Amino acid sequence: MPKATLSKDEVKAMLILACERIIAAEPMLSQADRDLGDGDHGMGMERGMRAAIEKLNAAEVESIEKAFSTVGMAMMSSMGGASGAIFGTFFRNGGKALNGKEAFDAAGLAAFLKAGVDGVKQRGGAAIGDKTCVDAMEPAANKAAEVAGESLPEAIKAVAAATEAGKDASKAMVAKFGRAKTLGEACIGFPDAGACSVVVIIDAFRDFIVA
Amino acid sequence: MSQANPAKKIINNPLKCADELFEGLVLAYDGKARRVGTRSIVMNGLRPDAPALLVGGGAGHEPIYHGLVGKGMADGAAVGEIFAAPPPDIVLEAAQAVNRGKGVLFLYGNYAGDVMNFDIGAELAADEGITVKTVIIADDVCSAPPAEKHKRRGVAGLVPITKIAGAAAQTVDSLDELARIAQKACDNTRTVGVSTKPGSIPATGKPTFELADDVIGLGMGIHGEKGVGLIPMCTADELAAKILDLLFADDLALNSGDEIVFFVNSLGSTHMMELLILLRGAKPILEKRGIKIHQTIVDNIVTCQEMAGVSFSIIKLDAELKKLWDMPCESVGYTKL
Repeated sequence: MPKATLSKDEVKAMLILACERIIAAEPMLSQADRDLGDGDHGMGMERGMRAAIEKLNAAEVESIEKAFSTVGMAMMSSMGGASGAIFGTFFRNGGKALNGKEAFDAAGLAAFLKAGVDGVKQRGGAAIGDKTCVDAMEPAANKAAEVAGESLPEAIKAVAAATEAGKDASKAMVAKFGRAKTLGEACIGFPDAGACSVVVIIDAFRDFIVA
Repeated sequence: MSQANPAKKIINNPLKCADELFEGLVLAYDGKARRVGTRSIVMNGLRPDAPALLVGGGAGHEPIYHGLVGKGMADGAAVGEIFAAPPPDIVLEAAQAVNRGKGVLFLYGNYAGDVMNFDIGAELAADEGITVKTVIIADDVCSAPPAEKHKRRGVAGLVPITKIAGAAAQTVDSLDELARIAQKACDNTRTVGVSTKPGSIPATGKPTFELADDVIGLGMGIHGEKGVGLIPMCTADELAAKILDLLFADDLALNSGDEIVFFVNSLGSTHMMELLILLRGAKPILEKRGIKIHQTIVDNIVTCQEMAGVSFSIIKLDAELKKLWDMPCESVGYTKL
């Protein structure tokens, strides 16, 4: 049955599902990165998500905020590289926006995504159109703000579709960041690997909430 | 996890390369340096009450960056995973270990991951009361035009830059002065690299990029980032001239009578034989312009696994930089008597 709101334990379970989905998607993410970069994105994300599962399972989760920030800290510490800083910042900053919340709903989803993408943009300096994970995160955050008044299952379905569309739009872009930027127009036709990871994570959120 | 090993890497576990090479590196220091925390290496017996020099970056490019820790070189290094910047908590543990009350200079190559992680590390260090200044190495001429120097990558120039900053760290008393000298060394350093074959990713054995058999990637980065274009295979003398042309065309004014350090670096598998033949080709071109080589380095220090290719780095010396250059240094990656 679709879930109207999530408790802190359900948020933890949803995050663990997202981690497992990233681990399973490692070959796809690595291939996506090989098309544009040095091909280590999938392995880095896998390392980060394995560390996140370990940390989430190590103790009782104190709060919704803490569940998200635990994932962020684990990713940042275990991955390093640009992806560790970016995805670590996404989950940590996003989690801060949920401070004091005892139930995760559509408004919480919107707050999480907005704070998360703002943190990423500030840290890395990327904007929409630069062919980075921001091209999936920002459409997700914008859509979530639009549907913040709807039920959580309806909201996450709309957000997942917007995230996927954002990732697909990145195919046509010329990269302005990371190793892909040196490819110039040769990177057209391939989606950004970080944007692909965002889709895997948001799809997992959707499947957990809607199931 | 892939069990295949197409690159025939002599390793134990493809996912443990960074940790295991780090443990080996500490052993190679014979007790002169020690392991700190997760993956930092710090010199023993550092001068008290002095500003500290911390370098760092991803693993897989040995002996840089962590092999440049040494006497008259870097005080410590924060070490990342293979081809990935060290995370902020490793930067912090290294900064805490090298700090002797006068603050820490972060000196590293210009890559997005390094900048973000070292910046977060600097914020964490500030929370612990440690003053941090940052100088970013961006010597790769072909990665962006002179007007967009902040976009340039850091490549082989980091060796002479670290040497000069390391000498300064032995002599100056303030972090500001150390940062000023390191920045000047960066401003006076330019590198152009070429690639003939990719390296491989240790975890997968797959090549880091693709390059046809009959071409050279001119200006290509150490991870295979596209340079200024592909040229047909050519002779060493022709290649030396092309690399020097690109260096001379940049905005570092090189006039007759200038003294330089000239660094011919192999990116991994290019043999000393080829480096020496290239040096022989480059020398008369420099001489014709009246440029004096104060010191030549021909070595294999900034690498990317078994990648083939070379880079030329030029460091223009003024009186201050020359004096610092002439001080001795000792590290696993580079030693000067």
